This record gives sequence, structure tokens and C-alpha cells, in this order.
Amino acid sequence: MSHLSNGSSPPSAPWSAPDGSAPDRATADGASPDRLRPGEVTPEGARATAIPDNWSQLLALMVLSRAIESRLNNLFLQGRLHGRLISGRGQEAIPVGATATTRPDDLVCPAHRDLGAHLARGTTPEEVFLQYLWRADSPSRGRDGDVHFGVWSRGVLPMISHLPDSWPVALGLALAKQRQGAGGVVLAFCGDGATSTGSWHETVNLAAVWQLPLVLIVENNQYAYSTPVSQQFRVASLADRAPGYGIPGARVDGNDVVAVQALVSEAIAAARRGGGPTMIEAVTMRMDGHAIHDQARYVPTELLDAWRQRDPIEGFAARLQAAGLLDGAALAALRDDAAERAERAYQTALEAPEPDPAALTEGVYANPAAPARTRPAVG
Amino acid sequence: MTTEATWFASASAEDTAAPGVTYLEALRTALADLLAEDERVLLLGEDIGTMGGAFRVTAGLQDRFGGDRVRDTPMAETAIVGCAIGLAISGYRPVVELQFADFISCCYDQLVNEAAKLHYRFGIAVPIVVRCPSGGALSAGPFHSQCPEGIFAHVPGLKIVCPATVQDAYGLLRAAVEDPDPVLFFEQKALYRSQKAPLDAAAPVAGIGRAAVRRRGEDVTVVTYGSMLPRCLAAAERLAAEGVETEVVDLRSLVPLDLDTVADSLRRTNRLVIVHEDNGSSGIGAEIVARLAESDALYALDAPVCRVTAPDTPVPSSPLLEERYVPSVERIVSAVRALVGA
Ligand SMILES: Cc1ncc(C[n+]2csc(CCOP(=O)(O)OP(=O)(O)O)c2C)c(N)n1
Ligand SMILES: [Mg+2]
Repeated sequence: MSHLSNGSSPPSAPWSAPDGSAPDRATADGASPDRLRPGEVTPEGARATAIPDNWSQLLALMVLSRAIESRLNNLFLQGRLHGRLISGRGQEAIPVGATATTRPDDLVCPAHRDLGAHLARGTTPEEVFLQYLWRADSPSRGRDGDVHFGVWSRGVLPMISHLPDSWPVALGLALAKQRQGAGGVVLAFCGDGATSTGSWHETVNLAAVWQLPLVLIVENNQYAYSTPVSQQFRVASLADRAPGYGIPGARVDGNDVVAVQALVSEAIAAARRGGGPTMIEAVTMRMDGHAIHDQARYVPTELLDAWRQRDPIEGFAARLQAAGLLDGAALAALRDDAAERAERAYQTALEAPEPDPAALTEGVYANPAAPARTRPAVG
Repeated sequence: MTTEATWFASASAEDTAAPGVTYLEALRTALADLLAEDERVLLLGEDIGTMGGAFRVTAGLQDRFGGDRVRDTPMAETAIVGCAIGLAISGYRPVVELQFADFISCCYDQLVNEAAKLHYRFGIAVPIVVRCPSGGALSAGPFHSQCPEGIFAHVPGLKIVCPATVQDAYGLLRAAVEDPDPVLFFEQKALYRSQKAPLDAAAPVAGIGRAAVRRRGEDVTVVTYGSMLPRCLAAAERLAAEGVETEVVDLRSLVPLDLDTVADSLRRTNRLVIVHEDNGSSGIGAEIVARLAESDALYALDAPVCRVTAPDTPVPSSPLLEERYVPSVERIVSAVRALVGA
């Protein structure tokens, strides 16, 4: 059996069903039949994989995400950036592929390796660097750091460190969408580690009971900090949990941006139609340490070497080149442009004012005084 | 089988001929009025629909407003409060009922790390209200009797409201729902049916953050809130018979804390007793004393301050033990006597 189990080798050819039969294929025109049914798990590789019309957007977002993170990484190593730095390198296909086709009235709840989801919602490189440099005009005005942010006006919920605490909040966001009846959906992301928490279970269960328009995306990058998935759960695939909640589950190669987009789009479409939540496990690999301080010596070199061959940007670019849609020069230009944008954004942020320490205590409450409209009478 | 509702049968004022409504009915009326007036208001909680909640606070509301707006949930406090936060930042005004205040520990993270910090971090207001039926004196044991308000009064970003009267049960609940910040609303199980008074639903809503002087007196100030207010007033009556005039200040909310009203009173009486049902150490009484000591109100004291609180133990189940645990009228009277040297 070729499907991934607990952190060994990367996924290879399309998964074959336990009875040995070939998985269902998408129809020739790329449109999938409505196969996401409650209680079923759709195996990896079973979905349409034609190059989508928005291929250049997908490529540009992944390249920009990596360029920004690579600039941040360098700044940190040069001692020009402080605090904590978390990298999503090697996982860009998941947030980008999942988020690229969301509508303006959809909402996204990214986790800590999902810079691409922010960018796909229109968050600018300037906003990112202002945030990482704790500038006064950053989304959090210096009150929170690094990727623990979100531009709410762009439909991105700021995450908190406690994982996956955005998930219970996503329930309410999705319930609001359901009540509004306009077809808006909510995407919520988390890692494999977060699936061991009670919050995760409570969220999936209630989303199922209320049939909320939620797409639950688990990025299985094989580790939670130093803990491999073999020490986190016994199921072969996290998507196998979905039937236990009475919702559809599916597994996808998280390094294939086309497959991610196809599958998530299908789940989004189902949610828009009132079909309820879908759980998606996107299988990938954390290519850097847990954060920049972590050398991750606990990860076998062979595992990283194997996954390095499957880089989501390289793989997609190669496919586009083979299809005659992209050439080496265009790819190089795209990379240069992204690096330049990141550098410009850094310079802009560098010049931007820092927060006023005197403002430290401002904004704890929306209404600090709650002035009484009447003073209660004696007695 | 003893149900939660029948635990209070002995303390019930519901059937008495006294005019007015109970504290519990005032809460229900507030919720009904809010649901009727404001489309954005939604109720979430365990067993609040068909059953009307463990204490029947929401009885009849689902029939009237539908299961979509008065929504039964699974037993999942984290999901419920998280859901309320998501609704609130989407423009709704959700009101959560925890079945007992004790279960607030199960949604600590959503309250303390999500709701309390979103406005400070990103300017996103989180107008949720979490109703917490709290307090003991009901032989309900260590897990159905707690007063966890002190723990949450320590958390910047949360507002802590503790109504003690029928009028405040109504008015403060309305004020809490109208407030843009997350409000933990500690309503008192012991007051649900024991308090009955006329309710003026048309009275202007008394805002959060103002204490009320419930009784005037010049010899000593007793500061309290929630379930202890009736006991403090009863103690004041007994002391009056002995010639000691007690001023009773009802805090109404712990965050914001109206220290001005306390200090004003202290400047007139020069003696201070603080009474709360929550455990003593690091409780709100300690905060009040510390803040007074940091101000010139300290010089108004003619005697050391005195706290009358639950001891630092879990809430015991046996009525005999619990009677010793919850501050009694007798203990309050003794504390005041000792302070005024009577
Ligand atoms: C509830 C909680 N406990 C502990 C931590 C500390 N912590 C931060 S990330 C992490 C591992 C998360 O693993 P996973 O969910 O797989 O995400 P990944 O970092 O692999 O992307 C831990 C333990 C946390 N953030 N939240
Ligand atoms: Mg992981």
C-alpha cells in the first residue's frame, strides 16, 4: 500500500483503495461528480488535476510567500529581526491552493505556516513586514508579532498561539454565514499536532451537527515540533476521522497546489450549497525547524531529502514548463520580482514609525469606562 | 431525583404573595426583551431550549423565538464560547448560558486568550455575554457551587458583572448585551428564587461600572456584591438594633471596579469590611484593599480592614460544612462588631 503512514516516505502515485480497486477519477472535463459524501474518505490523488486557469496566480502567490519568508529568515540571521520566526517553506501549496478561489465574503482562519493564505486574501508584503517589525501602523500595532496576525477587513481572522483556538471561533463565523444565507464559507487551518486537542474535537463535532459551511484543513507536515505523527495518533490518515464525525473527509498531496485547489474548491462548493463541512488532510513536510531557533536534528535527513525532491514551487513550475505555459526566463523574472517586492516592503517598514510606548494601555477594552447612563439610586 | 431546579424549592419566593418578580424571572424578561428588540441577539447553551435551561431561566424562549435564535448545543463549552466569539465579530450579540459557573474552566482559553485579547491586539470588539450561574449554600458540592469571578477579574479585557438585585438582574443583563466588550455575567443561583421585587423594565438601564449604596449608615462601610448582598443587608438590620449604623455598598461589577463610591463611603465611616463568597486569598477583596491603600483613602481608616470571605478550601458538599464555608449573617455581624468595638 502506497499511502503515507505516520511520517515515512512521501506519497507516490494515486492511492489505491483498500480493496485494491482504482480510485474514482474525475470526469474528463475536470469537473468532479459530487463525491464528497458524509461518512466517506476520498483517497489522495482521486481528484481532477488539470492545470487550472488561475495557474499564474497560484505560482505568483507561492513564490511571493517564499520570497517574503526567505527575506525574513535572512534578516533574522543578520540580527535585524527579533523574536520568533516560523517558516512555512515547503508547505506553500496548501494555504495558497486552498485560499486562492475564496470569494471576498468568505473568511479564512490561517495557522502559523500559512502566510500564503494571508497573501491570497490580498494582504500586502508591506503589511507583513510592518507586522514583523512591530510597527505602529502594522495590523496589530505592535501588540502581537510575526504570523500571529490577520487583516480582518480582508476576511482573515488573526490567529493566537494556542492551537487550534481559531477553530471554535470559526464555528461562529460559519454559523453567521449560514444564517446570512448568502453562500459565504469559512476555511480553517491547523497542523497535525493540533488534532490531538479537545478544541479540535469539539469544533469538528459541532460543525458536523449544525452542518456549518466550514472547510477544515489539516496540514499534516509529519511533526508537531519534535513529535512525529507516529506518537500522535493511530489512524493511518487523519481524514479517516471524518466518518466518525459524520462528515466527508479527503486526503490530498499537500505539495500539489493544483490538487489542493481542486479538492478544497469542491469542499467549498459543497459548503456553499448547504452541504456542510468537509475535513481535508493535506500531506506535506515541514522543511525547516519548528521555528528558526530549532535545528530539527530529530528529523531524519533521508526524509527531508525525499521531500526536497517534491518542492511545491519547483514541481508546479516544472509542470507549467512541460505544458508550455512558462519558460525559465519568466520563472526567474517572477522570482526576482517577488524578491524585489519583499525588499521594498522591508525598506518601507523600516522607515515606518514604531509604536508609542505611552499607548501601551490603550485599547484593552472597546469601551473602557462603560459610563453609566444613570447613577443607580440609593437603596 | 433532585433536579437543579428543585434544589431551590426551600428558598423559593416565587409562590409568595409578595408583589413583583423573582431575580430569575427578571433575567428571563431581560433575555426575552433583548430577543424581541434586537435581531442580533442569539442565545446558545446546553439544554436551554425545550427544557429552558437547568434552572429554567430561558423557559419558553425557544417556543417564542425559535430554535435558531435560542439554540441548544452539545456539551462542549469551548465550542460554545468560541462560536459566540465568531458570531460576535460577525455582528451578532450572542449570550451564552453555562450550565453552572463551575464549567467556565472548560472554556478558559476561548475567554482569556481569544475574547479578552482580540480588541487589544487588533481592535476587533468581541461583544459576547457569558452567563454563569454561580455560588453555593445549596449543598451542590465542589463542582456546582463555585464563585470563579475573582480568577477572571484578573484578566485584562474581560468585564465582570455580578447583579445582586431583581432590578440589576434585568438592567445589568441588558447593559452587558449592549456593551461592546466580553462580559462574564455571574448570576447567583441562591438569589434566583429567593429574591422577589417589583421590576421596572422601563427604567433607564443602569450601566456597568457603577457601584450602588444600598443602605446608608455612618459607623462602618460593608462592601459586597452578588449573593452576599442580602446577607449584608440582614446583618445591617441586626446591627442597627444594637445601635451600629452600617453603610452597604453593592459593587455591581468587579471590572470595571467603582472604587470612588467605596472610598467616598469610607471617608464618611472610617471603617471597612469586605464580604464575598469567593475564596479570600487573591480575591477581589484583596484588590479593593490594595487600591485603597495606594490612595489617600488609606488615611480615612480608623481601624484595620476586615475581609469576610469563604476560606481557602474547595466548596464542601455537606450542609454542615458548607454552612461554615459560606459567609453567614452571623459572621458579618461579628466582623462589624469587632471593628466598631461594640
Ligand atoms: C495548545 C498549545 N500547546 C502547545 C503549544 C506550543 N506549540 C506551538 S506549535 C506546536 C506544535 C504544533 O504542531 P502542528 O499542529 O503539527 O503544527 P506545525 O508546527 O507542525 O505546523 C506546539 C506544541 C501551542 N502553540 N498550543
Ligand atoms: Mg505538524
